[in-house]
Formats: sequence, structure tokens, C-alpha cells
Amino acid sequence: MCAKDLRIELRARVVMAQVLPFGVLVLILFAFTLDPNSAILPRIAPGLFWITVLLSSILAVGRSIAVEAEHGARDALRLSGMDGGAIFLGKVAAVVVQLLALELVLIVATFMLYSIDVRGLEVLVIAAISATIGIASTGTVYGVLASGAKVRETLVPLLVLPICAPVLLGATKAFESALAGRSGEAWPWVQLLGAFGALYLTVGFIAYGTLMEEA
Amino acid sequence: MSKQASGRAQTVNAGRPWLGLTAFAGVSATFVMGLVVAPKDEQQRDAYRLLYMHVPAAWLAYLAFTVTAIASALYLVPRTRHLRWDYLAGASGELGVMFTALMLAGGSLWGKPVWGQWWAWEARLTTTAILLFLYLGYLALRRIGGSPQQRATRSAIAGLIAFIDVPIVHFSVSWWATLHQEGSVFNDKMQLHIRDGVMQFTLLLAVASFTLLYVWMCMRRMELLALDEGLAERELQLAIDERSNRPATTNPVTV
Amino acid sequence: MAIVTVRSAVCVLGQFPALAGADLTVDAGEILLLAGPNGAGKTTLLRLLAGLVPLRSGSASVLGVDLTVDCRAHRRRLSLIGHETFCYDDLTVIENLRFAARAAGARDEAANFAATRFGLGAIADVRHARLSAGQRRRLALAAALAREPELLLLDEPHAGLDAQGRDLLDSILVAASADGVTVLVASHELDRARSLATREVIVEQGVVRAGQFVAPAGRAAL
Repeated sequence: MCAKDLRIELRARVVMAQVLPFGVLVLILFAFTLDPNSAILPRIAPGLFWITVLLSSILAVGRSIAVEAEHGARDALRLSGMDGGAIFLGKVAAVVVQLLALELVLIVATFMLYSIDVRGLEVLVIAAISATIGIASTGTVYGVLASGAKVRETLVPLLVLPICAPVLLGATKAFESALAGRSGEAWPWVQLLGAFGALYLTVGFIAYGTLMEEA
Repeated sequence: MSKQASGRAQTVNAGRPWLGLTAFAGVSATFVMGLVVAPKDEQQRDAYRLLYMHVPAAWLAYLAFTVTAIASALYLVPRTRHLRWDYLAGASGELGVMFTALMLAGGSLWGKPVWGQWWAWEARLTTTAILLFLYLGYLALRRIGGSPQQRATRSAIAGLIAFIDVPIVHFSVSWWATLHQEGSVFNDKMQLHIRDGVMQFTLLLAVASFTLLYVWMCMRRMELLALDEGLAERELQLAIDERSNRPATTNPVTV
Repeated sequence: MAIVTVRSAVCVLGQFPALAGADLTVDAGEILLLAGPNGAGKTTLLRLLAGLVPLRSGSASVLGVDLTVDCRAHRRRLSLIGHETFCYDDLTVIENLRFAARAAGARDEAANFAATRFGLGAIADVRHARLSAGQRRRLALAAALAREPELLLLDEPHAGLDAQGRDLLDSILVAASADGVTVLVASHELDRARSLATREVIVEQGVVRAGQFVAPAGRAAL
């Protein structure tokens, strides 16, 4: 399932060709609205980075849902007889891989555009992975919840953004602490991110099969 | 609506008109007590009177969302699966959003004279704002169509997902807020001491009567949802009967 | 042995009662033709059997599984072909076939074999998005067969195929039936389907009636 989604992305390159430029563009637009010459950009860079990631991930999740909408693939998945939990894990894994690739490019762009010195790399990596699992899990669950709706594109952001508020908060704080050279302060936030990711991964694993059938 | 359906609505409701009446009487009394009878606060003057609406709204918002979560869980457990739990979850969710909005509106109306600003990035206020959007999403999800069973299952799972997010949001936001206590708007003025007997009584009355109002509105909303469903059900049954009883061609043979 | 047993089935799509008390029994190895006008409930009947549409009332049992209890357990053992191809645009022919086969627990060889049977070998590495409508139909049929099903539910399988493709499909269906696969075909191509079928029923106004056509002796025993 994961391999299939990734292969589709490799062929169609929707996320890489459209979502990624969108993300970089948002980073540049932030600099327009905030005085780029003052010291403000480096200071708030973690927050800007994670807002950009969250907005981009909404698009990536939307793509992950759209893949199943073409030619009745959703019915095909139901008919295939695969376990709902396995389908969920496959889709989340594919979204996580895509988002991590996206974040890698965006973080390099952030560091370069906002001139930031990299510090506490291991904290950054672990925080990013935990946060991404949380975003991908909630996004995938809400994606299938809303997949039957004609208003899916507008509904998914309304559902995902509030529930991911703790992720945005935790990831931003963890990045701030790590970049300021205070990795010790970042760990509680990383733990929060990990707990969030684990919780919603479990919820999705249990609920996904039922949601595919009845939602 | 058919005559039969509206007749049933009256009989169902006729059993307890006292509940609605008591709630309205209580809320009216709260307004009189809170706005006229209760004395001014020494520091906050008249602004504190918003408390008589704010405290019940906050309590009921959390109560309503808890009820939504419990009803959602009850629907998901096969042994207790019944659409009435879905009606309860929906009705309570709507009221929860209403009380949350009331809490936010009251909070910022109170914040202007007391804090000097409409909004403060304070933990409870921020959590409440996130909560409002979390459940606005839940209500939007309830309206996207499908059969009652589909809607019920979908909403029940969404209700639980939103509910388990509430403590995480609260925890992370308060943690975040304690890190940012530079130039805090908090001061002694905020400490409100309700020692006066009349004030205490008014607050108690407010909480009690708004809770009654919640129970009554919740029950009425459930009835309405059940009637809607009953109506749709009856139309559907008519359509089924019509289809199966009117063969287009000859010789019906059971295969 | 009855593979499919449906009693007084009522299915509702939105507010529309697509099935209004349908009864149907299908035995193993039959090729059953479902005839009837548009909107009669043929597609819904097939989707009910696949467990995609819930029963509002009545009962249905498919491949020994009671659908009122579990509408998922039997899905691995059947294939449904609908109006959609159920394929991913950005996967190639052989990738789509392998994904379908693996999801049902079948081996990759089943996918390769199905590709050969439907003459898709030459275009195995072409993406679904680049296929013509006729090629897509063949791919959809091949994907259904790659799952090595015990029950084939075909909704208008002849639509969109050329004469050669139709003949190919018919021969594959007869062969599958000979292997013990039960086949249900909803079709408007009555003459073609009758030459294939062992029995015919008419779906009309959401109920099932006996058809006029009875297979000549010998065909039924095929």
C-alpha cells in the first residue's frame, strides 16, 4: 500500500512539483510581510517553518485522498479484502515519507533564506519525525472521514488544523530550544510530539476499517 | 410535517413543560439578581457581573463536550448502539459550541475593562478558542450527508478523536503560556473574591438555571432530530412499498 | 450448493429504494444473467453481494458469509467489475494487476497470467492514464481475474469492448465457470449473454423475477 502510493507519487510528482514550490513560496512571502533585515526572521523562523509545513501537509494529505478517489479506487480498496488497519498504516507511511522529503527541502530553504545556524541537529530530526507522524495520522483519519463529502477540500483543513495545534506548538518550541542551543528544554516537547503521534496512530489503526465502510 | 408527527411532538413534550418553564424562570431570575440585586465588586465594579454568565457557560461547554464523547462511545459499543446516542451527541455538540462561543464573547467583553484588552494569550482563553474550532469541525462533519447510520458512526469516531485532543491541547497550551509570562496582564485586579452572600447565591442560581436550560434544550433538540429522522424514514418506507407493489410487467414469480 | 442466497433484500441509496424486496439463489458454477431495464437495481444487487451496500432489511448470504453479520470477510474471495476500472492512473498495467492480486492474497503469477489471457502483455509497462477506453476495460477484467476469485460479479462487462474483446471475455468466463467459479453478469447485450449463461433472471423495480430464457440441456452441465 505504502509502496503503491509512493510509486504513484514518483510518477505523478504532484507533491514534489506543486506542494513543495508552494511551501518555499510561503517562506518567501513571510519574509515580505516581516521586515527581512531586522533580527525578527531568525527569531521566529521555527514557527514560520512549521506553519508552512502544516499548510503544505494539508495539500499532501488531500493528494493522498485524491489518489483513492480516481476510478473508484476507494471501492476497490474496500473490495480488496485488505485489513483497514494495514491500509491506514500504508497510507500514513507514504504521507510521512513524502512530508519528510518536503520538510528536508523546506528546512534547508528556511536556514538559507532566514540565515540561521544549525544546532541541535538530533533534536531537530527526532522532533520533525514525531511531529510528522502526528500530522500524517490525523490527516489520514480525517481524510477518510471527509472523503465522501463534496466539500472535502474545505472540510479537511477545518478538521486537521485545530487538532494539530499541539503539534504546531510542540514542534515550534522544540525547534526554538534546539536552535538556541538549549536541547535539554526541547525534550519535553519532543515527548509531547511522540505521545501525540503514537496516540493518533493507534486511533487511526483501530478506526480506519470501520470508517472506510461506514463513513 | 404530518399531523401524526406534530401530534407526537406535543405528547412527548407535554410530559415535562415544567422543565422548560423552570429553566426560563431561573435564567430570568439570574438576570435580575446578577444585573440589579447583586452588589458591585470593589475592584472590577460592574464588569464582574459577566461572571454570572461566564461561569455557567464554561461549565456547560465542558459538560456538553463530555456528554458528546460519552454518547459517541455508547453509539460505538455494539451492545448499546442506538441512534438516540447519535442525536444526543449531536444536540450536545451544538450546545457545547454555543456555550463555548458565549464563553469567548463574554471573556473578551470582560477582558476589555479589566485587562485593558479584548484578548490575552492566556492558557484557558487560547485552549477555549482551539476547542471552538475543534467542535465547529465536528459539527461540519455531521452535516455532510449519508445515511443516519453512516453519519452516526462517522460523527461518533470524530467526537472521540476531538475529545481526546482536548487535554493535549490544554496541556500544551498551558505549558506554552507559562513560558511566555513576560509583561503579563495578570494582576491582583483579576482575583475575584466572591465572599458576599448575595453574590454566592446569584452564582449558584446562574449555574443551576443555565444547566437546566442546557438539559431542556438538549432534550428538545434530540426530539427534533428524532422527528426529522422519523419523517425521512416514513417517506422512505412509502417509496419502498410503492416500488415493490407496482410491478411494471406481468407474471411475478418468486425465484 | 448455494453460493448466493438473498431473501427480501431492501437496499436504500440515499433516499432511493434501489432494491425493494429482492430474492435470489445462485448455485456454484452457474453463469447467471441479470437482465432488466436501467435503474432496475442490477448494479445495487451486485454491490450488495460484494458487501459494498448495506442491507436495510432482509437477509443475504454470500460464499457462506452472512452479510448482516459481516460484509467484509468474503471480499477476498470475489471480484466485482463495475463501471469504474478500479485502477490507478499513474501505475502501469502490470503494477495495477499485481496490486489487485496481492491485495486479495493471490500470487504475482496470477497477475502475469491474467495479463497474458487478456492480451495485455504488449502494453504491460504502459500507465493506466495512457490506455484507451477499450484497453482499460480489458485491464479491469484482467484485474478481477488476477484475484483468483470464487465468485465473479460483472456489471456490464461487454460495454466498451470490441468484438474480439467480447469473444475473448466470453471464452474466459466459460473457462472460469468450468473451473468452478460462479459468475453473475448484468448485461443489456441479451443475445450475447444468453449464449453464455446457464440461467436468466429479470431485475425490475427493485425485485427479481424469473427470466424467459432457460439454457439448453448440456450447457447447464458445462
